[in-house]
Amino acid sequence: MSATNWSRVATVARTDLRQLRQAKDFWLPMLLLGGAFFVLIPSVLFFTIAQIGSVEVVDRMSDTLQVLPPEAAAQIEGTSPQGRTGYALAVFLFAPVAVIVPLTISTAVGAATIVGERERGTGEFLAHSPASAREIYLGKLIASVVPGYLTVVIGFTLYSLIVNLTIGPSVGRWFFPTKQWWVMLLWVLPPFLALCLSMVLRLSARVTSTAAAQQASGLISLPLIMVAYSQATGVLFGSGTAAYVVGGLAWLLALFSLRRGVRSVTRSRLLGVAGT
Amino acid sequence: MKPVAPRSLRSAESAGTEADEVGHRRRDDQPASQDPVAAQRDSSPSSRGRQKSPDGTERVDATDVVSIVNASKSFGDVPALRSLNLRVPHARITVLLGPNGAGKTTAIRLITGALTADQGQVAIFGSDPTGPEGEQIRTRCGVVSAKPSLYDRLTGYDNLQYAAQLYGLKSSIMDARIRQSAAQFDIDDALAQRVGGYSTGMKTRLALARATLHDPDLLLLDEPTSGLDPESALAVLAMVREMTANDKSVLMCTHLLSEAEGLADEVVVIDAGTDLETGAQKALTDRYWPDKTVDVSVTHPSATAVIESTPGVSAVEPIDDGLRVQLADLDLVPGLVERLVGEGLAVRSVVPKQPTLEDLYFAIRKRHRSDVEHPAADEHGEQT
Repeated sequence: MSATNWSRVATVARTDLRQLRQAKDFWLPMLLLGGAFFVLIPSVLFFTIAQIGSVEVVDRMSDTLQVLPPEAAAQIEGTSPQGRTGYALAVFLFAPVAVIVPLTISTAVGAATIVGERERGTGEFLAHSPASAREIYLGKLIASVVPGYLTVVIGFTLYSLIVNLTIGPSVGRWFFPTKQWWVMLLWVLPPFLALCLSMVLRLSARVTSTAAAQQASGLISLPLIMVAYSQATGVLFGSGTAAYVVGGLAWLLALFSLRRGVRSVTRSRLLGVAGT
Repeated sequence: MKPVAPRSLRSAESAGTEADEVGHRRRDDQPASQDPVAAQRDSSPSSRGRQKSPDGTERVDATDVVSIVNASKSFGDVPALRSLNLRVPHARITVLLGPNGAGKTTAIRLITGALTADQGQVAIFGSDPTGPEGEQIRTRCGVVSAKPSLYDRLTGYDNLQYAAQLYGLKSSIMDARIRQSAAQFDIDDALAQRVGGYSTGMKTRLALARATLHDPDLLLLDEPTSGLDPESALAVLAMVREMTANDKSVLMCTHLLSEAEGLADEVVVIDAGTDLETGAQKALTDRYWPDKTVDVSVTHPSATAVIESTPGVSAVEPIDDGLRVQLADLDLVPGLVERLVGEGLAVRSVVPKQPTLEDLYFAIRKRHRSDVEHPAADEHGEQT
């Protein structure tokens, strides 16, 4: 097996991303999704908490924080009920957002990436090209990861600003992102993203139409999103060690799945004649 | 016009091979190309060289650029190729003629290693395209598919750039090469437009520019003129001819006999995944029609008898404006005319009739069908 030509991998990824940029019908809904989860909903919620007039309601919400695990409860900062409630919601409630949005976006991109080449007839060009199946697979993988992860980076930056500007004064300082969030975003989220995409790309190489790929990838990504959701929440609630263990296991699974996924891309599949 | 079948259909292939096999010469012996893309390639395995035969005509060496021997390929239960034999000599235009579904596209896919043969051997530039040399082989091939397979959302320039990067063109020459290639196919003015807005002809021209961008040694063209206006189609065919003059080899698949006429150095007629005949058009024509044919414009009823009694005439058949005559040599024509005039018959014209590629194609297919239906006839070398 010849060595991977990373220049070709980058070329495949760059070209896919360039096409995606031209597809307004794709990225506009995704932009709205990210905007709603990272900006709109948090802004309304945190502004309401910060400006709420009824202290009784906030006190009641603050009391519910007692049900949190002791390790999580110990992390909560703030001297006022508004500050403590806002802190808890900002740090714990929105953990799934960081998982759901990138997985949804990347899954949508990944599902169409290989079967799309076949449907458009461009798979023929790739099949005749010097790029190896592995280089094509890796290029497609990167092109699927980037939109999701980029949304997280931008969305997370905006979310951090919103949290610190609305809840920060009640807590007494700009507190977000917390250490656990960094661990989740840099260590736990990427392997879940890779794991999900490795399966979606495999699917994309096998099915006969983009519509079928979108349908089937939903079945694959939904359980993974649920697992990632629960794990992300656990990471934020728990101690730092748990986060590293969860992330490590996810990485192992992802690498195994990616390795197997490489085999799913073949020239005959790009041509659409495999299995016929 | 009645064609004469060769003693064996396979013998045509070997006869063609004998005519072409002259000797070996490595590409390294040849002067370096002025082309920057060609100059960029510094690690190509040995290619094929041309040699002059004693009579001064150029001939190619023994090692073919493409050599497919008894290749079979099925998709499920459907056979696409059945024992296909195909050779593409160096610096020649080989035209693969066959109806839709004959296996032409599958043959191209085997050549680039996009598909693997179920049986048989495939050697391109002397190596297996599905093996470790596959990447290098594909780098030396330029492919124009039956459908242009372009990225509609990208501009023409982006499409070419994508190919240039995948085929490893250096960034220092990339832009110049893209513009040069686009200009060659008169698509340079539309490079900034998205391909989705191109006409069919523009797409075909862009696909051709993309296939030749990296200066391939072997150009594989699958119906390259489909969707082109006659002027553009002629330009493409001229480019194909120019490629071989520049030491490149071309395999062109088509079912348009008119465009293969006069262009093909080698003709391979394929049907149902099998090669029926291979060879130079003239050699095949001589084999199928060993006698020469002339159309004699004469209408008198006694003309047939006069011509039939002329020495050297093998057949006479009526046509619209007179008689079609098969005779051993065209040198016999003056004597024939003299006899007709001597008998008091008015001869308005005598036109030598050269069988077209279309005539040849249908004669080969007819002969093959006859062989399938009556296999014993071929063994005895009977005429159709």
